[in-house]
Amino acid sequence: MSKYNVNEKGYYGPFGGAYIPEMLYPNVAELQKKYMEIMQEESFQQQFQELLKDYVGRPSPLYLAQRLSARYGANIFLKREDLNHTGAHKINNTIGQILLAERLGKKRIIAETGAGQHGVATATVCALKGLECVVYMGEIDIQRQAPNVARMKMMGATVIAAQSGSKTLKDATNEALRDWINNPVDTHYIIGSVVGPHPYPDLVARFQSVISEETKKQLAEKTGNGLPDYVLACVGGGSNAAGMFYHFLEDEQVQLIAVEAAGHGVDSGESAATTALGKEGVLHGSRSILMQTDDGQVVEPYSISAGLDYPGIGPQHAWLYKSGRGKYVSITDDEAMQAGLLLTKLEGIIPAIESSHALAYLEKMTFQGNENVVICLSGRGDKDLDNYMKYFGF
Amino acid sequence: MQAQDIFKNNASKGLLSIYYTAGYPNLDSTIAIAEKLEQAGADFLEIGFPYSDPVADGPVIQHSSEVALKNGMTLQLLFQQLGELRSRVSIPIFLMGYFNTVLQYGVENFCKSCQEVGVNGAIIPDLPIYEYEDLYQDIFKQYGISNIFLVTPQTSYERIRKIDNLSNSFIYLLSSNATTGKNLEVGEQAEQYFRRLKDMDLGNPLVIGFGISDRDTFRKATNYAKGAIIGSAFVKLLSDNDYMDKIEPFIKGIKS
Repeated sequence: MSKYNVNEKGYYGPFGGAYIPEMLYPNVAELQKKYMEIMQEESFQQQFQELLKDYVGRPSPLYLAQRLSARYGANIFLKREDLNHTGAHKINNTIGQILLAERLGKKRIIAETGAGQHGVATATVCALKGLECVVYMGEIDIQRQAPNVARMKMMGATVIAAQSGSKTLKDATNEALRDWINNPVDTHYIIGSVVGPHPYPDLVARFQSVISEETKKQLAEKTGNGLPDYVLACVGGGSNAAGMFYHFLEDEQVQLIAVEAAGHGVDSGESAATTALGKEGVLHGSRSILMQTDDGQVVEPYSISAGLDYPGIGPQHAWLYKSGRGKYVSITDDEAMQAGLLLTKLEGIIPAIESSHALAYLEKMTFQGNENVVICLSGRGDKDLDNYMKYFGF
Repeated sequence: MQAQDIFKNNASKGLLSIYYTAGYPNLDSTIAIAEKLEQAGADFLEIGFPYSDPVADGPVIQHSSEVALKNGMTLQLLFQQLGELRSRVSIPIFLMGYFNTVLQYGVENFCKSCQEVGVNGAIIPDLPIYEYEDLYQDIFKQYGISNIFLVTPQTSYERIRKIDNLSNSFIYLLSSNATTGKNLEVGEQAEQYFRRLKDMDLGNPLVIGFGISDRDTFRKATNYAKGAIIGSAFVKLLSDNDYMDKIEPFIKGIKS
């Protein structure tokens, strides 16, 4: 058993667990009992791999970004999750979970979404399988992300506005959990990140682990060594980072760097840098690190990137941070936007603003000679054009 | 008679409990409401401490929590206010809220404060049995604070037995798998479920909550259980300007 993965009680060190009201217990217990068994079934794996290949378009390329490499003096490889169907890594998880839901006999799918990427990825697999799909999205996010709302609707999903609390991602998650409480028998909840009660953080990390599994192979083919010196990924809840780190966790010589969103700056009062600003707490069913007041009220985070403004991080990340296995850093809005523009100009790739945070950290690193760096390019920037245009005045 | 004895006393039945949120509608309304409820005939109370993300609650209690937080309610302030609780109110009082708030206050501190102000127990829906048993049970016991567990129509018998063993006041029986504020429909299925639980002959009395809103639903619920809890329907009443005058008729209407 790896010391960085979940233990039999659902914990990563002191983090994780299943802090849920009794109303959710049967659903969560069913998942805890069955997820590993189902995922290990041959027919499941066969279907999962086939869909990843033919529908998602995997393996995603590992691309040696030459001009970026020349600029920073290291070999910088981009793991191109942006080339997946629907434009981000989110689909890896929803494909896995829809197959799981089918095997659990569920007829109705619910999901939460912030920027809409996970909502779109969920609506996509529901269309693929002909299952009813309900997506909860904060009322404010619905206004900010109209094209993704339209995509979900085209695919037949019902989008319900979360009108409670701050009307953003955390409240959409609350509404999805309330829906699940009220529909305990026929519904599966596809959580979009490595958060939530055990087994979700492990389940989602396993579905996303294809990212590092491929990377290791691809890097070995290209360089003769599957282990890079550094692996970087951005962290909101942390699903692309969890997938990007997964197969490197035991290779302690590989430095894992998780990049959080500092928003206007860690001390500006408008930030989503959870490890810098948070402390131990419980939200959405797991014990982790959480941005909160002294009284334990959850603080609304801020980032220019809608996919990173979550007030917590997954429990595995909390453990990687606390144990020192991962280095958790943060990047401001401005730094991320500049890094996004730089990649576009040097490599002809417009990254999602989330991924731009990981890219921006290159500026803060110093390299010695021929080091290999892998960055998870978790999504493409099409959805962010509005933001880029406003920011740079194009 | 100790306040807690109403749960052990075989003669007591048809107990009415009222839930409301501390700091709602006004920051300092908490004790005055408790006093009024006791005078009107409520048998015990659940006072909610507000949390920003109450996943088990429907719109009415969510709203009361939001307003209470805006009013400035915190767990620390609540315990200060409850300092004069036992000079004014004698019926059993339970605090109800989410675990993160308790965790930040400190679990031991929480139990200690409960003991100091005379609170009898706590209902923390998202504190799971395993964590309670493993990490916190001894602390609750040390300060004499009861921890109340929830049971739903989906809870297995085995698990109900375990909950019964861990409980020492009452078991909070949910009328259906739902968030708070839905209406109770005691259909055949629910009746069967209530009856089955009654037949289990548990060591702790059952109190039914979620979906109880008026005299009719209260009667139905208390056919099967020692008592029933009204939350959302009462919290709704508190949004009226003259809510203090409405408390007594509300309680009398249910208990008559």
